[in-house]
Amino acid sequence: MSTHEVASAPVAEHHTSTGLDNTKLAMWAFLGSECLFFGSFITTYLLYRNRVLDGPTPHEIYDIPFTSVSSFILLMSSLTMVLALAAIQRGDHKTMRVWLACTALLGMAFIGGQVYEFTTFVEEGLKISTSVFGSSFFVLTGFHGAHVTVGIFMLLALVGMSMSGRLGDRHEGARKVELIGLYWHFVDIVWIVIFTVIYLIPTN
Amino acid sequence: MSHAVDSRESEEQDHHPQPGQYIKVAIILAVVTALEVAIYYVDALRDVLVPLLLAFAVIKFIMVALWFMHLRFDSRMFRRFFVTGIVLALVVFGIVLWIFFTHLGGPAPTAA
Repeated sequence: MSTHEVASAPVAEHHTSTGLDNTKLAMWAFLGSECLFFGSFITTYLLYRNRVLDGPTPHEIYDIPFTSVSSFILLMSSLTMVLALAAIQRGDHKTMRVWLACTALLGMAFIGGQVYEFTTFVEEGLKISTSVFGSSFFVLTGFHGAHVTVGIFMLLALVGMSMSGRLGDRHEGARKVELIGLYWHFVDIVWIVIFTVIYLIPTN
Repeated sequence: MSHAVDSRESEEQDHHPQPGQYIKVAIILAVVTALEVAIYYVDALRDVLVPLLLAFAVIKFIMVALWFMHLRFDSRMFRRFFVTGIVLALVVFGIVLWIFFTHLGGPAPTAA
C-alpha cells in the first residue's frame, strides 16, 4: 500500500492484525494499567490506615450513611451511561444526550459529596499532613475524584459533539460513547472497591 | 478488512444487552449495595463481616465489568488486558504486604 493510499484511507485505524478496534484495545490496556495505579494507592492505604499519631482515626471520622448515598449515586451513573450507549446504538442522538447529561450530573453530585466530605474532615482535624492515614486517604480518594472529574468533562464533550453534529454516524458515535463509557464504568468499579475496603471494612 | 472489522463490531453491538437487562443489573447492584451497608450495622455479623463485604464487592465488580463494560459479550482479548492489570495489582499488593510484615515489622499501632 502506497503512502498516498494510507493517508487517504478513511478508516485506517480499523486495519488491525487482531481484527479489533485499536482505540478500544488501547482503552482496555489503559484501564489495565489503571488497576496497578489504584491498586498501589489502595495497598498504601491499607498498610497505613492504623498509623494515626495525631488527629482522628478512620472509625471516628467516616460518615457511612453519607458515603453510601454517594456510592449509590455513582453506581446509578453507570446505568445512565449504558442507557446512553444503547440509545446511540439505535441511532437516537437526542435520548443519548439526555442520558449522557444525567450521567454527568450524577458524577457532579458525587464530586460535590466528596468536596463536602473533604471539607468536613479538614474541619474535624484530618488534613493530608495530619497523619500517614490522612495522607494515604486523601491521595487515594483525591485521585479517584480527579478521574471522575475528567470523566465528567469527557461526557460533556460528547454531548457538545453530538449537538454540533461532530459525533459521526450511528456506528462511529456508538464507538466513541462506548470508549468513554468504559472509562466511566472503570471509575465506578474502582469506587466499589474503595467503598468496601476503605470505608466499610473496620480498622483494628 | 475494514468491513470485516465493522461487521464484527456490529455483531458485538447486536449481542450487547437491551436497556431492560441493564436496568435489572442496576437493581441487583442497588440491592447488593443496600445489603453491604445493612450488614455493616449488624453486630451479630462482626465475625464474618469482612468476608461478606469482600464477597459483595466482588459480585458488584464482576457484574459491572461483565454487563456494563460488556466483557461478557466482547472479544476475549479485552478481558485478558483487564484481568492482567488486576492480577498484576494483586501481585504487587501481595509482595508489598510480604515485605512490610516480614522485613519491616508491619505497621505501627495507633497511638490513641
